[in-house]
Amino acid sequence: MKFSILVNEGPYTHQASDTAFQFVKAALAKGHEIYRVFFYHDGVNNGTRLTVPPQDDRNIVKRWSELAAEHKLDLVVCIAAAQRRGLMDKSEAKRNGKDADNIAPGFRISGLGQLIEAGIQAERLVVFGD
Amino acid sequence: MTEESAGGVAKRFLYVNRRAPYGTIYALESLEVVLIGAAFEQDVSLAFLGDGVYQLTKGQDTKGLEVKNFSPTFRALEDYDVTKLYVEKEALEARGLTEADLVVPVEVVGAERMAEIMEAQDVILSF
Repeated sequence: MKFSILVNEGPYTHQASDTAFQFVKAALAKGHEIYRVFFYHDGVNNGTRLTVPPQDDRNIVKRWSELAAEHKLDLVVCIAAAQRRGLMDKSEAKRNGKDADNIAPGFRISGLGQLIEAGIQAERLVVFGD
Repeated sequence: MTEESAGGVAKRFLYVNRRAPYGTIYALESLEVVLIGAAFEQDVSLAFLGDGVYQLTKGQDTKGLEVKNFSPTFRALEDYDVTKLYVEKEALEARGLTEADLVVPVEVVGAERMAEIMEAQDVILSF
């Protein structure tokens, strides 16, 4: 089956972010297709490469980046939600006059239209949130 | 569950609003998705359950909170051809509200009918 995923909560603060990852991993292992993973609300914080979790804990951001590289996943961070919360790629940082960017490898920043399109294209859109 | 439209196959999208308008950002960011999504010419409905019914109440004053009162935006939804707004009857009653307290015309439906509406959707986005 072709799935799209919506992640609405941030890493380390809410189970939704972990469960979304485990769902995607399990779906891929069973041979399903993940059309897109869209990060919204505090979920955009799953895409910051500046996270430094304790060494004996899981690295949620790195885990997404690695899974994206392995399976060519499309990880999309909502631009409006990202701007509010200080998540930038190089071009957004430049456009907004900021001196740094922090988006993790494998993630890209785009608009909410990508969420709607993910809902249209997939057979199931699964929401992970509160 | 899909129907043909001018642009191809339209899917049924339901946005489920479960939270009070202020206190968290979910309600505001949900409305942002609805407005963007309207451009995709899908079959769009909105549902308001639980504290979500407060999003539609008249007379919201957010000055003291120093956040934007976004309730007028609901009145603009009609211009985006978003006209199917379902409000849970039980949620209104539990909060001492009636349809007259809301900023836009809605269809008040019982929980059972709401379940049927949800069952008929292709995509449900819950906020």
